[in-house]
Amino acid sequence: MARLLEFTLNGRDRVDAVADNMLLLDFLREKIGLTGTKTGCDGGECGACTVLIDDEPALSCLTLAATIAGKRVDTVESLGHDGQLSAVQRGFHEKLGAQCGYCTPGFVMASAGLLRRNPNPSEAEIIDALGSNICRCTGYVKIIEAVKYAASLNAQGVSP
Amino acid sequence: MDALPDFRVLNPETLDEALAARAQHPDSKPLGGGTDLVVNIRRGILAPSVLIDMNRVKELHAIKVDENSIEIGASVRLTALAQHSDVIAHYPVLAQAAAHIAGPTHRNMGTVGGNLCLDTRCIYYNQSEWWRAANNHCLKTTGSMCHVAPKSRGVCFATYSGDLAPALLTLQAEIDLAGPNGKRTIPLEHLYIGFARQDVPVTETQGDGKFFLSLRPGEIVVAVRAKNTPGLRSAYDKIRIRRSIEYPVAGVAVALKREGDKLTDLRIAFTGTNPRPVLLAGTAELCGGGIDERVIKGLDALVRDQIMPMKTTFTPGHYRRRVAGVLARRLMTRLYES
Ligand SMILES: Cc1cc2nc3c(=O)[nH]c(=O)nc-3n(C[C@H](O)[C@H](O)[C@H](O)COP(=O)(O)OP(=O)(O)OC[C@H]3O[C@@H](n4cnc5c(N)ncnc54)[C@H](O)[C@@H]3O)c2cc1C
Ligand code: SF4
Ligand code: FES
Ligand code: FES
Repeated sequence: MARLLEFTLNGRDRVDAVADNMLLLDFLREKIGLTGTKTGCDGGECGACTVLIDDEPALSCLTLAATIAGKRVDTVESLGHDGQLSAVQRGFHEKLGAQCGYCTPGFVMASAGLLRRNPNPSEAEIIDALGSNICRCTGYVKIIEAVKYAASLNAQGVSP
Repeated sequence: MDALPDFRVLNPETLDEALAARAQHPDSKPLGGGTDLVVNIRRGILAPSVLIDMNRVKELHAIKVDENSIEIGASVRLTALAQHSDVIAHYPVLAQAAAHIAGPTHRNMGTVGGNLCLDTRCIYYNQSEWWRAANNHCLKTTGSMCHVAPKSRGVCFATYSGDLAPALLTLQAEIDLAGPNGKRTIPLEHLYIGFARQDVPVTETQGDGKFFLSLRPGEIVVAVRAKNTPGLRSAYDKIRIRRSIEYPVAGVAVALKREGDKLTDLRIAFTGTNPRPVLLAGTAELCGGGIDERVIKGLDALVRDQIMPMKTTFTPGHYRRRVAGVLARRLMTRLYES
C-alpha cells in the first residue's frame, strides 16, 4: 500500500507518494536524497538516525513515514543558513565534537532539540539529553563541551 | 535499504475507528511509538499485515492525575509521564520508572500502552533473521525447542522487561481494555500470565514467555488507572549494563507505609526477571515492626522463591536474582528511613 503524505520537511511543505512500509530514515535518504541522517544500527540502539519531529528528537529508523502526516520533520540539513553554521554546528566544529563524524548528525539534532526547549542546559541536562546517542570515537567529553559552547553562542543570538 | 515486509498502516482518529480497524483486520498490531514493534518487524520476528497507528486516537492522550487517583491513556508518551509534576509529586515510583526507560529519544516516542505490552525478551529471540535461522529458531518464533531450557517441554522463558508494570503493580493498578466484545477492566496483575506453565495448555490465566499477555483477540489497551494510598512512600530503581539505551538486568519498584516505628504496608514488584512482572506475594507478613533481621531475611526468602531469572540475557540468572534482592532491600530501607 502507498499513500500521499503531506508534511513539512526542513521548513518546506511537501506532498510525496510513500509506501506504508517505508521507514522515515529510508524515505529521507533513499527517496528524497537527504543523506545527512545516518543509519548506524539495525534499529533503535545508536541514535545516528535522530531527526526532530515537531521539535522533539525521534529515531527515524523506528518511525514509519506513514505516521508523520501533518508534522514538521527537521534533519541536519535544515541547520545553518546562507553559509553560516548554526550554533550547534559551530560547537561541534570548533570544540572538536566530531571525529569520524558518523554519529555527528544524530548528536547535532539531539542537541538542537535540547536547545530549542532548554536554551541554557546544565551539564547534567546535556548528558541526559544525549542519552540515546552513541559515539565510538570522542569519549563524549568534547561533545558535551560542544553543546555547552553552542548554548553560549545561542545566547548571543546564533540560532541553535 | 532492506525493504520491510509489506503491510498497511491505518491511522484512526477515534477509539471507535481504532476498534473497528482492529476487528476488521484480525492479523493487525497496534503501533505505539514503534520502539519495540518496528525493531521486531525489521528483524523478521513479526510480520503483521496491518499496523494500527494509535498515536492519533484522541481519547488515548490524557493524563488525569491528582493526589487521590491517576489515569493514563495508552498513547501518552513516556517523556510526558516522567516529567508530569503531579505524577512526580504523588506517584514518584511511576515517574521514576518512566524516566528509567531506554533513553530520552526513545521516551519521546515510546507510549504507555506499548510499554505495558512490551514483548518479552531473550538472547535467542532478539536477533536478526539470519542469526535465528542459523540457530534453528526457537519456540517463541517458529522453532521446536527452547535453547535456554532445552528440556522445557514447550515452555518459553523469555523475560518481561517493561519498567512501568512493576511500578503500577505496587500501586495496585487496573487496566482498561477494549475489544470486539466491548470494554472490560481487570487488575493489571491479571494482564500478565507469563508463569512458565509446565504440561498444561495455555489459558487466559496461565501462559509463558511466549503467551505472556491475557489480551483477547482484537483487544487494545485504553488506559491504566490507580488510586493513591495516603502516606505511601514509593520509588523505582534498576540495574543495567550501561545507563541508557539498555533494558534492565533487574528493575524493582517499592511502595511502603511507615507509622511511627512500624512498617504497616509493603509492596515490592520486579521486572527483568521472570516472563511476567512479579508483585511479590507474602510481603504483608513482613509488616508490623521495624526493618530488622526478620524482615531482611524474610524478603530474601520471598525473592528466592518467586524471582526466577533464566539465562535469557547476557548476565546469568543467579546474578540477576541477587541484584533484584539487593536492590529491593536497598530501596525498602531507604524509603523506610526517608
Ligand atoms: C535500545 C532500546 C532500549 C530499551 N530499553 C527499555 C527499557 O529499559 N525499559 C523498557 O521498559 N523498555 C525499553 N525499551 C522498549 C521501548 O522503548 C519501551 O518499552 C516503549 O515504551 C515501548 O512503547 P512503544 O509505544 O514504542 O511500543 P510499540 O513498539 O509501538 O509496541 C510494543 C507492543 O505493544 C503493542 N501495543 C502498543 N500499543 C498498544 C495498545 N494501545 N494496546 C495494545 N497493544 C499495544 C504493540 O502491538 C507491540 O506488540 C527499549 C527499546 C530500545 C530500542
Ligand atoms: S526462552 Fe527459549 S523459547 Fe523463549 S525466546 Fe528464549 S530460547 Fe526461545
Ligand atoms: S539507526 Fe541506530 S538508532 Fe536509528
Ligand atoms: S565521531 Fe565517530 S562515532 Fe562519534
